[in-house]
Amino acid sequence: MLIGGILVITQKNPVHSALALIVTLLAQASIYLMLYAPFVAGVQIILYAGGIMVLFLFVIMLVSIEQSMKERQFNSQWVVGTIAAVALGGLFIAVYEKGKNIFPNRALSIVENNNTQRVAVLLYGQYMFAFEIASLLLLVAIIGAVVMAKKRI
Amino acid sequence: MHAIIDYISSYLTSEKTPGAAGNMFWVLVYIMLVFAGLSVAVIAMNWLERKILAHMQVRLGPMRVGPHGLLQPIADAIKLLLKEDIMPAEADGFVFWMAPLIVVLAAFTVFIVVPFGPTHAITDMNIGILFMLGVSSLSVLGIVMAGWASNSHYPLMGALRSSAQMVSYEVAMGLAVVSVILLTSLHGHGLYGVGGPGTGDTGTLSMIGIVQAQQEQGVWFIFKFFPLGLIAFFIFAVAMVAETNRAPFDLAEAESELTAGFHTEYSGFRWSLFFLAEYSAMIAVSSIAVTLWLGGWLRPFPNLMNGPTWDQAFSFIPAITFLFFAAMCFYNTVRMPKHPLFRVQTIGLAGFGVVLGLIGLALFIPPVSVRVQDIFWFSAKVAGFMYVYIWFRGTFPRYRFDQLMQLGWKVLLPMGLGVLILTAALGLWPLIQQTIWHP
Amino acid sequence: MESMLHITTLHYLVLGAALFLLGVIGVLTRRNVVIVLMSIELILNAVNLNLVAFSRMWGGLHGQIFSIFVITDAAAEAAVGLGILIAFFRNKETVNIDEVNLLKW
Repeated sequence: MLIGGILVITQKNPVHSALALIVTLLAQASIYLMLYAPFVAGVQIILYAGGIMVLFLFVIMLVSIEQSMKERQFNSQWVVGTIAAVALGGLFIAVYEKGKNIFPNRALSIVENNNTQRVAVLLYGQYMFAFEIASLLLLVAIIGAVVMAKKRI
Repeated sequence: MHAIIDYISSYLTSEKTPGAAGNMFWVLVYIMLVFAGLSVAVIAMNWLERKILAHMQVRLGPMRVGPHGLLQPIADAIKLLLKEDIMPAEADGFVFWMAPLIVVLAAFTVFIVVPFGPTHAITDMNIGILFMLGVSSLSVLGIVMAGWASNSHYPLMGALRSSAQMVSYEVAMGLAVVSVILLTSLHGHGLYGVGGPGTGDTGTLSMIGIVQAQQEQGVWFIFKFFPLGLIAFFIFAVAMVAETNRAPFDLAEAESELTAGFHTEYSGFRWSLFFLAEYSAMIAVSSIAVTLWLGGWLRPFPNLMNGPTWDQAFSFIPAITFLFFAAMCFYNTVRMPKHPLFRVQTIGLAGFGVVLGLIGLALFIPPVSVRVQDIFWFSAKVAGFMYVYIWFRGTFPRYRFDQLMQLGWKVLLPMGLGVLILTAALGLWPLIQQTIWHP
Repeated sequence: MESMLHITTLHYLVLGAALFLLGVIGVLTRRNVVIVLMSIELILNAVNLNLVAFSRMWGGLHGQIFSIFVITDAAAEAAVGLGILIAFFRNKETVNIDEVNLLKW
């Protein structure tokens, strides 16, 4: 997954970058399976790898990239950007050093085969409001995307 | 040595699929079996398509290569393997190479969860149907990459059209599937994959669980809440034909319109990979349809004609089918022209008939017959779907692309939503009745 | 040696942090807008990984449900972002972020 991530940000060709992202997303789905979350893994494969990446590939094809591939790849502020990211990494390490005793030493062993059912009980029970709001958000996003990409409003 | 034999035979007494039992040896055996079966099925589909289309168009089809053209697919495979492998000049090498690979991987990985019987699946995931829908949507990526990497405008147009079509019909497929999943929760009392008491009446997404729900409710879901099951099945059938880019929705690869669509620039073995992936995807979505609506591995009329005598009578059907095919082979052997040049073909056909007859006789033996029942009924139903696919190709004219998209979004999507709401309402009818009339 | 064999929650968090850093570097240093959007997807994935890892640690399923909502939001945001990208490209004919300087004084 890390190799996929590194390839995403370093490739010159956006299509290769998108392929690396697909590999990263599929690796992420298998990590979800390792974390005993099969429903989230299934959703990740359908939505992310099968939906969002298709959208990305469509847009890459529509936006002609021949000219942009010949220019410089990293923008004019790359020094500052990298320093900021390294500082963020340092912050992460500091947080880890302070709080690493909270985590238990061994993982819980909850092997279950009714993960989807339990997710459904929670999703439609306790988080019903969030579910409805998410569907409203998707509606707004659809209308927004259609309006933004139209030739003439 | 003893440990290995114990490991191998310990699976035979457990009542689970190899994946659930964690037995790697049997997982590999099942994967080999499914792979081999799928390859044979694709080869048979190639021959059947040409013969059946030909007979529908009142002509004979391939007759020369083997007896009645039976060796034609093998000749095609040899030809494709020996063709030169062309790559267009400015094409993106890596993406060009990866595209058929992704499509084939997506088409074959789906078969992990296809249930040929209550324990005859490679594994049974908790999210079986979700996994199948998700992985079959990965093939859209391969098609987009194939069109892009060919660096010429015919494949690009074909790829864009084809992927837009596949993505639109995935939505309709998803809605039809969801309305069936609702039906699995109606009489739930600890179905396969659901934890015991305490989880209540819940449905399941696992493929084996869906067929067991049909077994428990005693009715195939196509006939449930008539006509809602039928309409959901109809929506899924249309969507699955569009999803696999087959006629009458094959504008993306139509030979007369776009040269060959997204696989124009592929030759030889790479093209045969696309072709293999297309047939495998057809078999995969037919398996979904058979599992969800037509009762999977259950024999017809499980409740109307039940009882041990009916079970026994139905258990003879696999053997009778093979003996029928052997009889047809012998009949055609007799009808072959009596010319010395045809001697090899006649002997070949007779030999094929003898092999089929032996298989048929072997299926009469009780232990073999008991094991083969589920697999036979499942394969017979999927074969029926394959015939319907070829029938559609021979009968319907092609849809124009805007008509295609209109059908997907403006007709199938509202129908799917309507079926979903009505199914949910009918499924909860006692509860609704209680709330409205006795508050 | 024993702790090397168990994959604890900490390992997942480190992986998530590494992905997050890669995404941040991608957002801050690339010129091509499409790759910036893809790096944002990397960041969201890292967040999801953290959520699901914590949900595993505590045994409840709230983290998984939150991550489903995050995936939904990522889809919506990718769609709108790409729509903006297309509108922008139609005006300026380039996908270079450095050229988006109409407000520069």
